[in-house]
Amino acid sequence: MIPEVGSFSLILALCLSMILATLPIIGAYQNNFLWMSMARPLSAGVFVFLAISIAILAYAFVTDDFSVQFVAQHSNSLLPDRYKFTAVWGGHEGSFLLWTFMLAGWMLAVAIFSKSMPLEFVARVLGVLGFLITGYILFMLATSNPFDRIVPLPPIDGADLNSALQDFGFIIHPPTLYMGYVGFSVVFAFAMAALLSGKMDAAWARWCRPWANIAWAILTLGIALGSWWAYYELGWGGWWAWDPVENPPLITWLFGTALIHSLAATEKRGVFKAWTVLLAILAFAGSLLGTFITRSGLLTSVHAFASDPDRGFFILAILGITVGGALLLFAFRAPLMKSEFGFDLVSREILLLSNNVILVVAAASVFLGTLFPMVYQAITDDLISIGPPYFNAIFIPLMALLALLLSIGPYTRWKRTSTTYLMQQLGKVALAALALGVVLPLLVTGQISLPATMAVAIGSWIILAMLQDLVNKTANKATRLKGLRALSFSYYGMQMAHMGMAVMLIGVALTSSFSLERSVLLSPGQDVGLGNYVFQFEGTAPVNGPNYVGEQATFIVLQQGEEIAILHPERRIYLATNTPSTEMAIDAGFLRDLFITLGEQKEGDSWSMTIYVKPFVRWIWLGAIFMTFGGILAAADKRYRRLRRKQTESNRESEKSNSIGGELPASS
Amino acid sequence: MKPHRRKKLGIILFIAAGLSVAVGFTAFALKQNINMFYTPTQVAEGEVGVGLHFRIGGMVKTGTVLGASDSLKVNFVTTDFVSDVPIQYEGILPDLFREGQGIVAEGEMDAAGVFQASRVLAKHDENFMSPEVKAALDASGATADNHMPGGEN
Repeated sequence: MIPEVGSFSLILALCLSMILATLPIIGAYQNNFLWMSMARPLSAGVFVFLAISIAILAYAFVTDDFSVQFVAQHSNSLLPDRYKFTAVWGGHEGSFLLWTFMLAGWMLAVAIFSKSMPLEFVARVLGVLGFLITGYILFMLATSNPFDRIVPLPPIDGADLNSALQDFGFIIHPPTLYMGYVGFSVVFAFAMAALLSGKMDAAWARWCRPWANIAWAILTLGIALGSWWAYYELGWGGWWAWDPVENPPLITWLFGTALIHSLAATEKRGVFKAWTVLLAILAFAGSLLGTFITRSGLLTSVHAFASDPDRGFFILAILGITVGGALLLFAFRAPLMKSEFGFDLVSREILLLSNNVILVVAAASVFLGTLFPMVYQAITDDLISIGPPYFNAIFIPLMALLALLLSIGPYTRWKRTSTTYLMQQLGKVALAALALGVVLPLLVTGQISLPATMAVAIGSWIILAMLQDLVNKTANKATRLKGLRALSFSYYGMQMAHMGMAVMLIGVALTSSFSLERSVLLSPGQDVGLGNYVFQFEGTAPVNGPNYVGEQATFIVLQQGEEIAILHPERRIYLATNTPSTEMAIDAGFLRDLFITLGEQKEGDSWSMTIYVKPFVRWIWLGAIFMTFGGILAAADKRYRRLRRKQTESNRESEKSNSIGGELPASS
Repeated sequence: MKPHRRKKLGIILFIAAGLSVAVGFTAFALKQNINMFYTPTQVAEGEVGVGLHFRIGGMVKTGTVLGASDSLKVNFVTTDFVSDVPIQYEGILPDLFREGQGIVAEGEMDAAGVFQASRVLAKHDENFMSPEVKAALDASGATADNHMPGGEN
């Protein structure tokens, strides 16, 4: 009975979102105050009913209701409670419900934190979001209802959650990634509202920016968590595989990064308006593409859900209608968006433009590499795959170029900057960065490698330029501290995110250049050396978990004869599915990770295993954390809040006049 | 032409030039890094030259997995139920590698007719068959169902 309530609640959410998708938008055209003001309560209603749905699904998991097909397929009575709860997003149906629920959450946030915007605009934004949710719920009810029952004979026990998913990373990675992903739907809705009304000004960009920054920050974190999880769970010591399902978040991220930069130019200088809107559409399209690729089963990937073609077709239809419709609208409206155009070749506008061109080219080449196998197969019927070398060949030079330009950006002024000023400011920084690039990797690793030198030089270039900018900006204040306090949150946010880029760059280059890896067969008592470390295999002992049995090995790691770590990698068999699974053991460190994965038992007590030494690998995720923090800091800038207060008053005025006279002409 | 128009044109040309370089470079990189996929039957019929890096997909033939006792070398046979191709791999196989399961291997044929794999992929979801393996089985006319372990083999 209770699962049916979940289904029913989903239908109610559908009804409300259908009203939300139409009434407020029509109201905005006809200037009908009542219809427009229904947008907020309707949004709250959609959120509540979706929340009830997802809570009921979680309840079905926690109470082991295996008559629900989705529960039976993704849970088991022996599964630990935390995984029962999170198994909600362990498969296609539930994870799509989570996706939709997250979108409703964003929509509710817009409904609450939009007091500063005109009602007409809010009605359109929420209407567009309502339209998206309508599509998503229809998709769920038509092809993948998580509340479907197994009738008449439900299984006694469930098939268990995929053993690779029974891990802490699974608890946090999907929700964070989805949260970031669907956040770009909000920015998309803002863009659509601007196109629908035909009005796009600096105020629009200012409303948009905090949302775009937060979505971007969360997406950054979500991708980094996925990378970190893959690193320690999948057991091949890699942090990025150019997997077809990893790529769409990256594409979205690249468009999103371009978007937050172009929004800055749109807000401050009124330039690149149409371009900004296009980026918002593309970032959103990237997020839908990710859904399509994961759920259609078209590509081979570790992420692919077991799937049927109907779903792929349905998602393609949603993608076509929303993105196609948006582009069509864009084609009609773009000519109306006049951008001012008055800047020199050396100016902040040009640097932001270069940033955008680089990021969009990067996104396009990742897109090409991801979809090319599908297109190729459709045309020639031959199956192909595109290897990581393709992506590396394109991505690395582009990112290096981006990073080189990145530290010049904050030094340039709007409209025009003199080149001599830039030379004078950055000349010494460039020399110092080069010197550090040569010396630092040599000191830390004792080896010289061109990629490492370049990455450390570029990373130091960014960080040193940032420090000097801080010194410059605080020079004229009474004390440095006062100077630091006077700088805005958005300035700190920018610098922090840029620094994250530098840290990540260094991490990527050093890990790629200096990682060591060795596969060996060891018997208890034997040891193996790798780099400066000796790994001593002590033997294995049986270990039993709630839903698995396994063997746990013990290793002692020695450096120059001294014990520095004890590692316990495991080999498990999950009982319900009889699937084997390896649990790595990692000794994590700021400068290096030591990493062991256990293979299988061979003759006698000997085991196959792979041992890794990964210098600076943590810096990759540390950089992402800086970026996330930077994005949130920028969104928290008080100028958005100050404006909110000011605008609330003026809005109240205009709403009053609206509701009484309705004399404002409906915009066309 | 008005100065601001000229500037605008200059920027557009600059972007266009940058884009063409990017497109050319991308196309080149793409061409260099395509891995073709072949079925065991295509390989057995000699459609693939020695030294070509490619992917092969099929089922792991039951009873053919032989691991060396003193090294990480492992030999097995992949099949689409029409033709068989022997594969050699050195390293640790993925968790879900099992007899009777679909796998995809990447590598090249050696002179002795053994596929030297540099990478072996197995699916994480065992109900799901990768498009490559499915295509290989479809091409050979065999269905996975009548050849699953527990069936006649």
